[in-house]
Amino acid sequence: MTQTFSIIAVTLVCLTTVAVGGLGLRLSRRTSDFYVAGRTVSPRLNASAISGEYLSAASFLGVAGLIYDEGVDLLWLPVGYTVGYLVLLVMVAAPMRRSGAYTLPDFAEARLGSIGIRRLAALLVVAIGWLYLVPQFQGAGLALQLVTGAPQWVGALIVAVVVALAVGAGGMRSITFVQAVQYWIKLTALAVPAFVLLALWMRSGSATPEVPVSWAEPFVAVSGDDHPVYRSASMMVALCLGTMGLPHVLVRYYTNPDGVAARRTTVTVVALLGAFYLLPPVYAALGRVHLPSLPTGVRSDTIVLQLPGQVVEGIGGDVLTAMLAGGAFAALLSTASGLAMSVTGVLHQEFIRPRLARLTGGDAMGFGGFRVAAAVAVIIPFGLSRWMEPIGIATTVGFAFSLAAATFAPLLMLGVWWRRLSRAGAAAGFIVGAVAATAAATATVVAAPLSGWAGALLANPAAWCTPLAFSVAVVVSLATPGSVPRDTTRVMVRLHTPERIHLDHSRLID
Amino acid sequence: MASSLHWPTAVVVLAAVLLVGLLRWVAGRGRRRGFLSTVDRVTYQTLHTASLASRHLSDGLTPDAADKAGRHLLSILGARAVAICDGAGLLGWTGPGEHHGPDAHAHASATRLSGTLTVLGSDVLTCSDPDCPIRSAVIAPLLAEGKVVGTLTAYAPAASAGLARATGELARWVSAELDVAELGRTRTRAMEAELRALRAQISPHFIFNSLGAIASFVRTDPERARELLLEFADFTRYALREGGAFTTLAEELRNVERYLVLEQARFGERLQVSLLIAPEVLPVRVPYLAVQPLVENAVRHGLATKEGIGHVTITASDQGSETEISIEDDGVGTSPELVQRILDGQSRADSVGLGNVDARLRQVYGDEFGLVVETAVGAGTRVSFRVPKYAPGVHAD
Repeated sequence: MTQTFSIIAVTLVCLTTVAVGGLGLRLSRRTSDFYVAGRTVSPRLNASAISGEYLSAASFLGVAGLIYDEGVDLLWLPVGYTVGYLVLLVMVAAPMRRSGAYTLPDFAEARLGSIGIRRLAALLVVAIGWLYLVPQFQGAGLALQLVTGAPQWVGALIVAVVVALAVGAGGMRSITFVQAVQYWIKLTALAVPAFVLLALWMRSGSATPEVPVSWAEPFVAVSGDDHPVYRSASMMVALCLGTMGLPHVLVRYYTNPDGVAARRTTVTVVALLGAFYLLPPVYAALGRVHLPSLPTGVRSDTIVLQLPGQVVEGIGGDVLTAMLAGGAFAALLSTASGLAMSVTGVLHQEFIRPRLARLTGGDAMGFGGFRVAAAVAVIIPFGLSRWMEPIGIATTVGFAFSLAAATFAPLLMLGVWWRRLSRAGAAAGFIVGAVAATAAATATVVAAPLSGWAGALLANPAAWCTPLAFSVAVVVSLATPGSVPRDTTRVMVRLHTPERIHLDHSRLID
Repeated sequence: MASSLHWPTAVVVLAAVLLVGLLRWVAGRGRRRGFLSTVDRVTYQTLHTASLASRHLSDGLTPDAADKAGRHLLSILGARAVAICDGAGLLGWTGPGEHHGPDAHAHASATRLSGTLTVLGSDVLTCSDPDCPIRSAVIAPLLAEGKVVGTLTAYAPAASAGLARATGELARWVSAELDVAELGRTRTRAMEAELRALRAQISPHFIFNSLGAIASFVRTDPERARELLLEFADFTRYALREGGAFTTLAEELRNVERYLVLEQARFGERLQVSLLIAPEVLPVRVPYLAVQPLVENAVRHGLATKEGIGHVTITASDQGSETEISIEDDGVGTSPELVQRILDGQSRADSVGLGNVDARLRQVYGDEFGLVVETAVGAGTRVSFRVPKYAPGVHAD
């Protein structure tokens, strides 16, 4: 019975995604009223959309699994996922919006006026997008395996195909309303079973879980050489600074009409995410109560999906499991579509269209290049997800965040706040950060399992990669004052001047 | 297998391979730049120096340009010093003997008057310093549109026939570069003038018709007449405003709405308008007055000459990194050949700014972002264009 319900839920979610993708524009509001132009997207709606796109399989399944595995240390994880937006709010949200950039490469070009750095940023967007897509595919495999028993690659393939279709059809562009609804679907799908499980737990006598000390106490190493404090700190650095480098999140800021709206949106996002992230620890703790040990071969990432079946007998458990499976797929699909869309856009704009245009003499305005880009954007991370199978969902997401923190954080923060950033400095910091973070991630995957300091440093590279990239960018910038863009002052004034001040006339208007 | 890998070795080997690859690449680049003969090299160097100099001349004759281009001109000529003057005085002196600078303008007076090449010998160029290389001068005129705008002087210990010919040729080349620079500035001015012209081009028909429509409401519905007058005031203020060349799509659409309110006062139920605007694209920056002329075109040519009800549909949709804006009417349409002529600038007949909008879009975003017009006689018209969400140098003011 569980299978039937779950398959129905998952199919429903997939079909809806493809349908929305196919319908495209028709779903955006249709009206013949006058004064629609005044109705820009409100910060609240946009915040729901950002949250809907941001909450991925890692949040839906991975966080609970990690807390279940590792204990209270990992309670930092949901905090980190949320607090990244606080950094975004304080440091970049409004200036980024005022720069007029749509994507991260756009910002690099607007600030530094260099096509070379634009290309570098585009490469990094593709890399981060792919790295973030991998765990979505893995999550799909896990979820489908658990509820239907299909091998892992089937779920990944289904998500890959659905996303490729949705993006290639030209849909799922950035329909704010659809993504906003996704957030509330995900919240409901996770909250309702959580409250049912909590109620049952309280009625059955509120048993405390039997856990080892390393689970219940913060920063107690499982083995002697584990460095839990460093791991947690590095993870926090990655999440705090990596959020601003996620390509599918930043493009949504363009929808805000001005910098003030961008800040309001971010505040609402923090609230919405805060509410959502209260739930995964509930699953982790209840998991410790009801499933003290997992059968061999079952990954802790699936704890959320297993719990209802353990606790609730009969059809009730089936319905709750189906709800969670559907929610997980919704999370996967919305994040994966957003990412695939960003990656496809960058691939098409930066790498495929210029070449096509050269081949066909500038006449290739058709949709073919875009579909090729969509296929490439999905196939490569699908391949990677097969290769990186043994690594947990949240760990892969951690690499994506580390890479973003080591590359885009220096570029954005120095770009927004430091006038002496030079082109050479930005490029050097960017390359050093990218190489260091990629090398660490590759080493962890290839040489797993490593232990001791080497393992800790390579598995959580953000704490050393990010300062390294920052200092390289600063030192090289100071050494090459000649390559500071000439219009830096003008750009900085535009980034930091509130919209209500008219630059032309330098007077306040209301 | 993975655990048997020796990490330090692997890293070192990888780094070595990368380094060797990099070196070979760099070496390969260097080889490709190699030349076969001395003549090749000299030709290349001269052309290269000239192209460097021409970059500085793109702003016309300025002290800064004279300073920077002078260095390259000096190395082409092989003289000891080069001076560039305009009609008023010395712009730049490159090379030794700078104490002659104040006299350079006087040296060139003959050339300025006659417009021909002059050679001055050591009888004119006296110097108390025995080591000074400035003993003779070749002065060539710099012409722009046939008039002398400045002079190029080459100073050397002795003026040879070769130096005189080289200086004359170089001055002619610099003159050509100055003409090109002037052409570029003229083109920019023409574009600006065209934009100003489009701004002033609120069609007289529209003013006349709007005021007529408002007048007809003054007695029957004074409140409506007042509202329409206010709309009219806002519309003219927007269309005649001073300021930047870009605005947000929201602003532009707001102005289109004002325009349509006024047109509906005149056409009444005959004009049906629907807007399909994706709210995501409202903050996108578009060239100022890019949409309104197209809507006016649709109303005037699509509907005004037609009997019965006419529909105008304005769509703005989100296409990822671009926005597509289209204006569709079900009016009488027109022949594609005529539209082609209008867009080519051959026929300006009666089209409100279609060619102008097209030209401005292409100028700002590049040729692939021009207007797309789909039409046929009796089949209505659909005009659409795409705008990238981000383009370098485009900001709303």
